[in-house]
Amino acid sequence: MAGEHLERLETLHDQISGFIYPNEIELHWGLLVVLYPYITGLVAGAFILASLEKVFKVKEVEPTYRLSLLTALAFLLVAPLPLLAHLGHPERSFEIFLTPHFKSAMAMFGFVYAWYLMLVLLLEIWFEYRADLVRWSQRERGPRKLLHWLITLGSRDLSPEAVAFDQKAVHAITLIGIPSAFLLHGYVGFIFGSVKANPWWSSVLMPIVFLFSAIVSGISLVLIIYYVATLVRRETPDMACLDKLASFLLYALIVDLSLELLDFIHRLYESEESIGILSELIVSKLFISLTIVQIIIGTVGPLLLLTFSRFSQLPPELKRVAYFIAALLVQVGIFSTRWNVVIGGQLFSKSLRGLTVYKPELAGIEGLFTSIGLMILPFVILYVLVKVLPPWPQAAAPTAPPPD
Amino acid sequence: MPEDRSRREFLISVLQFPCSAALVAVCGPLATAAAATEDEASSERYFGMGIQVDKCIGCGRCVRACKTENDLPEAPFYFRTWIERYAIHADGRVDVDSPEGGINGFLPRESEGEVVRSFFVPKLCNQCDNPPCVQVCPVGATFKTDDGVILVDSDYCIGCRYCIQACPYGARFLDPRTKTADKCTFCYHRITQGLLPACVEVCPTGARVFGELKADASPLRRLMRMSRLQVLKPSLNTEPKVFYTELDGEVR
Repeated sequence: MAGEHLERLETLHDQISGFIYPNEIELHWGLLVVLYPYITGLVAGAFILASLEKVFKVKEVEPTYRLSLLTALAFLLVAPLPLLAHLGHPERSFEIFLTPHFKSAMAMFGFVYAWYLMLVLLLEIWFEYRADLVRWSQRERGPRKLLHWLITLGSRDLSPEAVAFDQKAVHAITLIGIPSAFLLHGYVGFIFGSVKANPWWSSVLMPIVFLFSAIVSGISLVLIIYYVATLVRRETPDMACLDKLASFLLYALIVDLSLELLDFIHRLYESEESIGILSELIVSKLFISLTIVQIIIGTVGPLLLLTFSRFSQLPPELKRVAYFIAALLVQVGIFSTRWNVVIGGQLFSKSLRGLTVYKPELAGIEGLFTSIGLMILPFVILYVLVKVLPPWPQAAAPTAPPPD
Repeated sequence: MPEDRSRREFLISVLQFPCSAALVAVCGPLATAAAATEDEASSERYFGMGIQVDKCIGCGRCVRACKTENDLPEAPFYFRTWIERYAIHADGRVDVDSPEGGINGFLPRESEGEVVRSFFVPKLCNQCDNPPCVQVCPVGATFKTDDGVILVDSDYCIGCRYCIQACPYGARFLDPRTKTADKCTFCYHRITQGLLPACVEVCPTGARVFGELKADASPLRRLMRMSRLQVLKPSLNTEPKVFYTELDGEVR
């Protein structure tokens, strides 16, 4: 394995342009580290969408509220896996919790993650579903009854006061949850933005750009899942809901694009020492993934498609398809955004004199197959979650228990 | 007359002896005490290195010595120290190369156009006083010792490679055998025994000067007093403890 690895690095030697420090031939954060901000972004975005309904009372998006929460949970459970798989010593990862180095941005990951998972998502989902869980367990049989009964954690009070308290709790947690979601993804942006050694990453705008791209990706993901789920369930999607989602996606996309443009213009205008090599990077190694995929296919394309379909008199069937395609394009765009940040930041030498290459492996723990597996996993988890905790409005149990 | 002189000299030396003896008797313990204080204050030793760019001939002995002394992987991309060759052309173009880290020296350059300046620059971990690699390590596996050297605890490193990203100098790598971060330690196992780092020991021209930064009289302090110094990437405020003399502005 080590021999193969060396051979691979050896072959990369010929593909270097200019001068790089000899140790820089090995690119250290690969595809798995691209997945990490991509997945956490989806989590934060899906949660922020969910909070629109609770905090900002956007009634149209209610059909996606529970779905958004479950989506956020499914992806959050997978979020640490790519990081874990990429470590040289995954078995030592618990040291981050036991002996964290408080000056390290990365050491905070455990705390930010635990806070978000335990105190925000799980708690909100539990309060949101508690009354339904009690009702379901009352009328079900077999393992489902047991499962739902167990998840109630013994809290079986269905009095109006108890249910009202649930709602209050959900509201309060969402209020805490919004800054927490901002923290989660802003923090991921900070991990990159605070590396002063890397002029491609080092930017105060990084956490904010990450945040808005997270919102974009989360809304588009929920739109995709909601649309596909209604198709699978042979239902008509709620058009008001889809319209609202498309509008929010459009607005978030505009803010996201503006921020990225601001970052771009700012760099160009400041024209620091690194501008030469970064320009070379953009027009050569990143041309396809940045200009073509991220900007044209992933941002401008969906922007036009959403604007046109949202404010035109298209029949609803066509509109839905247009939204769906736009959301898919947005996902492609956001993924390449993450790629361009993580991989792009390592394609140039810190001597600012040369460019290197990245060839993802296919097999192996850091390879393409692992990444594909890690992208499928959240959908599997989401499927299970949806089966256990149906998020559809019709699934909500009637208030009164059915007579025996 | 000569006899007179030698007698006088003899008498003087006879008189001098008890004086010198007394001097030794009085000052001896003082000197020992001073030495003891120095030992106790060994934690106040603060190591640094000076590199005289104009003395480096690019022979690569330091790179070889480092690989051997520290048992590093042979492959030409795991270097604790390496040498870069710069050629600055009349038209302002700059060519930089470091074939295999300079381990086998350098072949004559096949370059077009007139070269106005050419020189070698040995590179290594700058043992920054404000080290970004230490700052980012999530578990504290990389740390600064009391004598100012940045080390990695390979039994503790989780292999996240954040430190490699944070190092502005490309001085760190992931050891493929241990899957942990690795870098120059100033040959910590040697300097704590009063020896010189391997690269300094073997340099045939004395281009590398190792020593204590806080001592009043050390070869390094002397070099620092006598030369105009420069550090790499000063704008990043990493406060390197590797100082270069005669460094060209093109070196990054």
